[in-house]
Amino acid sequence: MRLSAGEIWTGLVGAFAVGVAALLPLFDQGYYLALALNIVLYAALCTAWTLFSGPTHYVSLATAAFFGLGTYAVGLGLDYLPFPALVLAGGAAAAVLAGLVGAATLRISGVYFVIFTFGLAELVRQVVSYAQTKLSTRMGLYVFTDFTEKHIYWMLLALTVLVFITGWLINRSRFGFAMQIIGNDETVARHSGINTARLKIILFMISGAFIGMAGAILAPRYAYVEPPSAFNPMISFLVVIMALLGGTLRLWGPLVGVIPFTLVMDFVSVRFPNDTSIVIGITFLVIVYLLPDGVTGRLEQLLARIRQPRSHAEPAAVKEPA
Amino acid sequence: METIVTGILLGGTYALVALGLTLQYGVSRIMNLANGETLVAACFIAFWLFTSYQVSPLWGLLVIAPVAFVVNWAIYMLLLRPLVDRAKTQGMLEVDSILATFGLLFMFQGLMLRGFGGAYTSYAFLAERFEIFGTFYGLNRVVAFVAAVLISSALYLFLYRTRYGTAVRAVAVNPNSASLVGIDVARAAALSFALGGALTACGGALLSTYYTFNASMGVVFTMKALIIVIMGGVGDVRGAVIAALILGITETAVARLIDPGLTLAATYALFTLVLLFRPQGIFGRQQA
Repeated sequence: MRLSAGEIWTGLVGAFAVGVAALLPLFDQGYYLALALNIVLYAALCTAWTLFSGPTHYVSLATAAFFGLGTYAVGLGLDYLPFPALVLAGGAAAAVLAGLVGAATLRISGVYFVIFTFGLAELVRQVVSYAQTKLSTRMGLYVFTDFTEKHIYWMLLALTVLVFITGWLINRSRFGFAMQIIGNDETVARHSGINTARLKIILFMISGAFIGMAGAILAPRYAYVEPPSAFNPMISFLVVIMALLGGTLRLWGPLVGVIPFTLVMDFVSVRFPNDTSIVIGITFLVIVYLLPDGVTGRLEQLLARIRQPRSHAEPAAVKEPA
Repeated sequence: METIVTGILLGGTYALVALGLTLQYGVSRIMNLANGETLVAACFIAFWLFTSYQVSPLWGLLVIAPVAFVVNWAIYMLLLRPLVDRAKTQGMLEVDSILATFGLLFMFQGLMLRGFGGAYTSYAFLAERFEIFGTFYGLNRVVAFVAAVLISSALYLFLYRTRYGTAVRAVAVNPNSASLVGIDVARAAALSFALGGALTACGGALLSTYYTFNASMGVVFTMKALIIVIMGGVGDVRGAVIAALILGITETAVARLIDPGLTLAATYALFTLVLLFRPQGIFGRQQA
């Protein structure tokens, strides 16, 4: 594998950042750890979301469904299997669901996909609740483990790194190249012999599997798992907002949205607990009208404008209208 | 039999809501995910008119529908028109309008939570018995159904028997060709969006007479309306009505026979069948 100097530098900076982040639990075990845990959780979720929704531009709202399945896998299997196996099982369950949803909708058109994922979490919640009332007498599941916040934090950090490495490997493979073509023009992709539906379904499954694993890792934090909390549709919307706020043109784009927005939501939910949906609504409108490519997209635009004078020596005819 | 009648009565209101959405998506090309919030707002206004001023929800429609028309028209002109103008492709407009209406969804939901609180609300309007085929049904459900039928018929007459209605249908089929024959597409789109909002609001006001509602249930109704619209074929009025009745009956049957908690699962089962076998809708023609 040949790496460019830029890639080596990015890798070193990334490794350093992860190393610093991993030291946090040694200094604080209370408020800041809880906050950092949320940030790492959404970093993993948003980056996994961007793996699929970045290149395809399909707004997936299935996050809560995948996440809840992962949580449930741990709740159901904790007495029988070791925890790591359950995390994998949660990922596998989410991937299967993603495959089914993808097979039903991704062959047709993007709108149907959005609509289908729109109510997916609620659907899975209803089915799980129904199955639980039929098969057992209790509504919830207890998840008792020896894990504390710092273990969950480290596991989520490791998962985030794994998502990043996967995304990077996909981007430099034939698969990633094909996805890029699909994102730019699907008709062109189909005419150059790319099986667009199959690639999209596979990518959706990979993205879903990571989200399911994140849900599984977080299960011990809840201690008590029941359908309304595990399949909370808000998770889906928060992931979409943070990822789009950061920008989905780059793999690390969502990070730029996750950190500030988690802090803002933390502030708002403490000070104005009844107005969280108004804040979310305004953020959506800001993204659509002011930041269509997210913060990173806007920054790159500015950088390009600053660099513009230098590249004037070249013929300036190729510039596309912004 | 009882299940089928109850289902059809419910389907009448669904049809009205879905007709609103099919106009907004089929003609204006805006996937309005805040549609359910219009419905919930209408529920609350009907409730407020009835409890504070003793205005019957049926007379209330005369206030609610024009207000919804104006508000939706303003939303289209101020917020959605710029998106239509800047979109280079249909796909871009879809993504933009989905995200923008998400924003509106949360804004309206938050405002209604502030204004009315999160509690379930209902009021007693015409809570009497009414006999159909030897079984008793709530009179309010029957009256709501009759009103829905009247409003839908008026819409049908407008779209199929008037000159401007024909123009609106032409925009639904193909906006580019419509502008070639001298139709003001931008105006037709704005009007359809406003009209769609008014229809949905009528559906909400009628629904509030027999249904327990709260500020955050809009999303569920948007979901149902979306599925009805796809099932009936986007922009197809007759298809939407039939799909709404099918959904109403299926939902009632599942709630009665299996479990009331599985109504959304029933909706999804229908949706999946449609996607697998007739993605162009019941009456839709195969697209080239």
